[in-house]
Amino acid sequence: MRKHYSVFFLLITFFSFFHFHHALMCFLKERVTCVSTLELMGFRVGQGLIERFTKDCPTFKEDLDIMKFLCKDLWSTIFRKQIDNLRTNHQGTYVLQDNKFALLTQFSTGKQYLEEAPKYLAFSCGLIRGALSNLGLESVVTAEVSLMPSCKFQVVIQKL
Amino acid sequence: MAVCIAVIAKENYPLYIRSVPTQGELKFHYTVHTSLDVVEEKISGVGKALADQRELYLGLLYPTEDYKVYGYMTNSKVKFVIVVDSSNTSLRDNEIRSMFRKLHNSFTDVMCNPFYNPGDPIQSKAFDSIVSTMMVQAF
Repeated sequence: MRKHYSVFFLLITFFSFFHFHHALMCFLKERVTCVSTLELMGFRVGQGLIERFTKDCPTFKEDLDIMKFLCKDLWSTIFRKQIDNLRTNHQGTYVLQDNKFALLTQFSTGKQYLEEAPKYLAFSCGLIRGALSNLGLESVVTAEVSLMPSCKFQVVIQKL
Repeated sequence: MAVCIAVIAKENYPLYIRSVPTQGELKFHYTVHTSLDVVEEKISGVGKALADQRELYLGLLYPTEDYKVYGYMTNSKVKFVIVVDSSNTSLRDNEIRSMFRKLHNSFTDVMCNPFYNPGDPIQSKAFDSIVSTMMVQAF
């Protein structure tokens, strides 16, 4: 019952998320601090979300299982679709490609507004980093956009 | 009904310990601390055995002459430890599992609280009241 409630809550907030996100952008005008503040916010949200969504899952066996969980379950719960492509070099680097990233679909389908995109990806980068951190993997997450609305998140796991 | 309930962070320091006040608290701190070794053993042991489904519930960690200690580890490596009186034989496995389930649900709520920083001691009143319902009522 609890699980349905939180998913329902997420769906409700999803529609207003775009507008909230955009309002947040306008509020945080300075480019440099804007991106890092958003990333930190995403980090904290990612930690909380993971705690809620892995409540009923068995323990993960290895890093690849964690990445698959991120691409399928977490992404579909938050963005209502799965990651389209996951690539790895099996040495701790993963590239997640989303061909129709939910936060970018309203911008353009091409190269227009490409320079505005990084700000809108910061929160999601933080989300991925927070989710992985709570599952025990420290990482560095960056995003790149070459053609809207498709984007690639690069995750590099930091081995101690 | 538990005699002591503890929540331990992934770095192995306590986020929350509560025990029945009539008995020495230090003894429970010690019991919980030693149980961490058993938890580590169980986790690494299961990996080698390649179990199909790794459960979060770890079961009875070790029995002493006075107490029985049960463990549970979440996916974010936070451990819950419940210490139960040995003389209380009516407590079945299912009941312990449901206690851990309630603890996990309550902990998830604490985690999602934006005013809570992960790694800080837990000070949530809601969490306290859930734990109170599971502790032996002190007179």
